[in-house]
Amino acid sequence: MPKPRFVRLDETGRAPVAFTIDGRAASALAGDTLLVALLVNGSHLRRSEFGDGLRAGFCMMGACQDCWVWTAAGDRLRACGIPVAEGMAILTEEPEATWAALA
Amino acid sequence: MGGPRVIIVGAGPAGVRAAATLVAAGITPTLVEEGRRDGGQIYRRQPEGFVRPYDRLYGSEAAKAAALHRTFEGLVGRIAYRPETLAWNLAEGALHVVSAGVAEALPFDALIVCSGATDRLMPVDGWNLPGTYSLGAAQIALKSQACAIGRRVVFLGTGPLLYLVASQYHKAGAQVAAVLDTAPAWLRLRALPQLLARPWVLARGLMLVAGLKRAGIPVETGVRPVAIVGTPDADVGGVTVEDARGRRRSYACDAVALGYHLRPETQLADLARCAFSFDPDSRQWLPEIDPDGRSSVRGVYLAGDGARVLGADGAEAAGELAALAALRDLGQAVAEPRMARLRQICARMDRFRRGLAAAFPWPAGQAASLTDDTIVCRCEAVTVGTLRGVARDMGAIELNRGKAFSRVGMGRCQGRYCGHAAAEIIAAASGLPIEAVGRLRGQAPVKPLPIATVRAST
Repeated sequence: MPKPRFVRLDETGRAPVAFTIDGRAASALAGDTLLVALLVNGSHLRRSEFGDGLRAGFCMMGACQDCWVWTAAGDRLRACGIPVAEGMAILTEEPEATWAALA
Repeated sequence: MGGPRVIIVGAGPAGVRAAATLVAAGITPTLVEEGRRDGGQIYRRQPEGFVRPYDRLYGSEAAKAAALHRTFEGLVGRIAYRPETLAWNLAEGALHVVSAGVAEALPFDALIVCSGATDRLMPVDGWNLPGTYSLGAAQIALKSQACAIGRRVVFLGTGPLLYLVASQYHKAGAQVAAVLDTAPAWLRLRALPQLLARPWVLARGLMLVAGLKRAGIPVETGVRPVAIVGTPDADVGGVTVEDARGRRRSYACDAVALGYHLRPETQLADLARCAFSFDPDSRQWLPEIDPDGRSSVRGVYLAGDGARVLGADGAEAAGELAALAALRDLGQAVAEPRMARLRQICARMDRFRRGLAAAFPWPAGQAASLTDDTIVCRCEAVTVGTLRGVARDMGAIELNRGKAFSRVGMGRCQGRYCGHAAAEIIAAASGLPIEAVGRLRGQAPVKPLPIATVRAST
C-alpha cells in the first residue's frame, strides 16, 4: 500500500467504509471526507494537468479546486466537501483526460 | 408570506446572528450555505458520529461555539435554510444559486453577504509540492476530521492563525517541526496600542507562543522563506528559510502549513457592483461599508470576515448590526442603543484588526525576491517569470490585463490563492505602487459549476 499522507489523531472508533481507489480496495471511516479517505490510504489525490507533478489538495474548504477526483462514470468530485460512501469507486486520473499534450 | 424577502449568504457567526436578528423581528429570511453544516470555518462542526466535546474542539471559544450552534438550531423551521447551496452569481436583484446540479434565481429586497474569508497566500518556491496546505486547511483537517496533515509539520507564514494552529496540532499529539514567522518580533511592540483593544485575545496569543516555546518547538520570527523542498512526484521533504540574522536554516518535515492571515471572499460584493477601496493597513482592496455594514449598493449589506477580517466575535456583532440596518432600511423600528453598542464593538475589533495587520504584515517584499521559476498560479502552474514577463515586456501593469496575458488568476480557484501575490509581483516588476495595479475583478460563476447544471422548473 502507498504511504498514507494524513495521520489520524483521534475519532478512530467510527464504522469502517469500504471503497476503491483506481480499482484498489481501500478502507476509511464513516464521516471521513473523500479527501481524508484518500489521503489516509495514499499520498496524493491527482496529477496536475500542467506537468508539475502530484497534488494532494490545498485549502480543504472548497475554494482552491485542487482536490478534484473522478468516479468511474466520469463525474468530477471536489473531494474536500463530500463524505466517503460505501462502495465508491474513485479514480485519481480523469477518465479520457485530454490535457497531457499541453504539459 | 408577503414580508420582505431577505437573503443571507453564509451560515457562519455573522450569517447566523443576522438570521436570528431577522427572525426576532418577525421576518423569515432565506439562509444560503455552501457547506453541509452551519458554523462557518471557525465554529465548524465536526461530522455526525464524531464524539470530541466542545472544549476539545474549540478550546477557549467553546462556549461561544456552543451558543452559536444552539442559536442556529433554534432557527430551524423559522428560516428558509438552503445548505449545500452555492451562491454563484448576483444579477438584476436576484441571487443565483445552485444545489445538487439545479440552478435557481432568488429575488430579494435585502441581501446580507456573510461570505467569510480564505487564507491569504504568498508563493514560495515549492509550494505546489504535495504536502503543502494552507493554514486553514491544516486546522480543518484537525478540527473537522481529527487528522494531522503529516507526521512532522512545519508552520510557515504569519498571523495569529500560525500560532493557533501550531498549538492545536501540538496539543492534539501531532509533531510540530517548527513555527516560522516572517514578521519580526519587534513589530508586535509597535502594534501594542492597537492590540490592546482586545487585551484578553492578546494575552491568549502570547500564551500560545509561550506554550510552543516551552514545548521545545523552534519558533523563529523575522524569517525569509527560501524554499519548500521535495520532489513533485513524492512529497514535501523540508523547509529552508533565512533567519532574522540572514543564516540559512532547514527543517525536515513531510507537510507544510502555509499562510499569511486571511483575505475576505468578496466575489459576490463585486458582482453586486459594490464600490471597493484600497486598505493600506492590510494592503488589499476591500468593499466599502458604512459603520452598519451597508455597501455602496442599496439593499446589499456585508458582514463578517467577508467584509473585514475581525474574527468570529466581530463577525457576530457585524452580522447582527447588518441585519438591524437592513430592518431599519425596510422601514422597521430598530433599537438605536443596540445598534450603537454593536458599532462600538465593531470599531474596537477593527482597531485590533489593524493592530494584527501591523504586527503580522503581509510580506509584500517577498514578491520582488521570488525566483522566476517559482509557481505563482497553482491551478495552471504559471511561473513568476511568466507574470513578470507580461508586466515588463507586454505592458500588462494592470492586474486583469496581466491575468489575460499570463492566465495567472484565470484558473479554477479564480485568483483566490494567487491574486494578491500576483498584484505584488506586477507592482515590483513595474515599479508601480500596489494600489495602481488594481485588483482582480470577480467573475460569475464564483466557483466552477458542472456543465450538467440545469435550471429549476418553475
